[in-house]
Amino acid sequence: MSTDSSQSPPSRRGLIAFAWVWVGAPLAYGLYELVRKATQLFTG
Amino acid sequence: MSPPVAPPGWSRWLVPPAALSVHLSIGQAYAWSVFKPPLESALGLSGTQSALPFQLGIVMLGLSAAFGGTLVERRGPRWAMTVALVCFSSGFLLSALGAATEQYWLIVFGYGFVGGIGLGIGYISPVSTLIKWFPDRPGMATGIAIMGFGGGALIASPWSAQMLESFGGDSTGIALAFLVHGLSYAVFMTLGVLLVRVPRTPKPAEGTPNAPTGPQVSARTAVRTPQFWCLWVVLCMNVTAGIGILEKAAPMITDFFADTSTPVSVSAAAGFVALLSAANMAGRIGWSSTSDLIGRKNIYRVYLGVGAVMYALIALFGDSSKPLFILCALVILSFYGGGFATVPAYLKDLFGTYQVGAIHGRLLTAWSTAGVLGPLIVNWIADRQEEAGRHGSALYGLSFVIMIGLLVVGFVANELVRPVHVRHHIPAPREETADVHRQQPESA
Repeated sequence: MSTDSSQSPPSRRGLIAFAWVWVGAPLAYGLYELVRKATQLFTG
Repeated sequence: MSPPVAPPGWSRWLVPPAALSVHLSIGQAYAWSVFKPPLESALGLSGTQSALPFQLGIVMLGLSAAFGGTLVERRGPRWAMTVALVCFSSGFLLSALGAATEQYWLIVFGYGFVGGIGLGIGYISPVSTLIKWFPDRPGMATGIAIMGFGGGALIASPWSAQMLESFGGDSTGIALAFLVHGLSYAVFMTLGVLLVRVPRTPKPAEGTPNAPTGPQVSARTAVRTPQFWCLWVVLCMNVTAGIGILEKAAPMITDFFADTSTPVSVSAAAGFVALLSAANMAGRIGWSSTSDLIGRKNIYRVYLGVGAVMYALIALFGDSSKPLFILCALVILSFYGGGFATVPAYLKDLFGTYQVGAIHGRLLTAWSTAGVLGPLIVNWIADRQEEAGRHGSALYGLSFVIMIGLLVVGFVANELVRPVHVRHHIPAPREETADVHRQQPESA
């Protein structure tokens, strides 16, 4: 039990944030382009 | 390559981005149409010829997922993602060589055959791992990944178009675009290869529930059960119904309102297609997550039952109300996406996590079948109706009736799904260690 407290696993917050930005940024670009195109249904 | 086991403290929230990095990449396949016009003009191809790389790619997706599933389960997700990365990127590199040397067969072989293997192995690579990390929310977890496959086309479509505009639409420009695609996707997918881990214990992270218990069935046995084939019919009918709209969305909305006071322009029709893509993607994550709350059988009742009602509404009143037509089409497309994303969790409920990736791979043959069936029905009927002198919404009425029939068949198949008989379960080694073995089949 004492081993658990002295060797707590490293925090992965930075890695998690990086990984989600890695996939989230291109997806956001795709969604932006999609919204731009979809608005043509109401304006075109 | 041995399956990468997560070190202590590894967060399960690192696994969805790993899966997304692969699915967002291979989802590019649905944006192949961007390359068609430049290829046709640069290499003097017909429309049918320029579609060959995509068609072969989808065939290879189905075949490699069906036949490679067991290998993916045995070797683990990192091996599978590496194979997907190498094949998918090599496919683009071979296509670049084909375009540069104006050897079209090399593009068909590279993108279609080699890249297609990457599509199939990549598609199933994270499914089993995600379900093991998220035993409490398998629908949401697989929904995120499979949403990525839809999202891949959203990214690639404008990106590839801009690239071709910059490099030019001649063979050199196309070759350069293929080269950049191959290298970029290799880098992007590397994140998945590096991050993916299989859980080390039945309890993958603090605060998450215990490993799932229940049936564990091998892929070989699963395909011999009626449950597998009922689900095969369910998926095939649901996908066919969705493709029925997706395949001809732009001409359909134009035809429906051609004779009204508010006809639909070409750009508005393109906007409609984009909106359908959004519904398809939202359905993948939204409905699949909902299935964790209301159950898999119930959510497919919604997809198939409400889907049939939506088709009936379009057939009866679609040409009198544009908002109704759009709303019904969006709901149908959200069910189409939801059906894809929920099926791995349904398989997990029925057959357990033991070889769920391999079983999923075999089930994807339903997708390949629907990919042929859906467009065939809608296009063939529309052509015959046109020959008979009909126009507007009358071109699609019969197709919609057939789609309703197919959805009813799927609904009945879903009702026939029962828990898998215990004689099909793999024997548990010992009661106290059973869960650990179930959680780490790849390390066996």
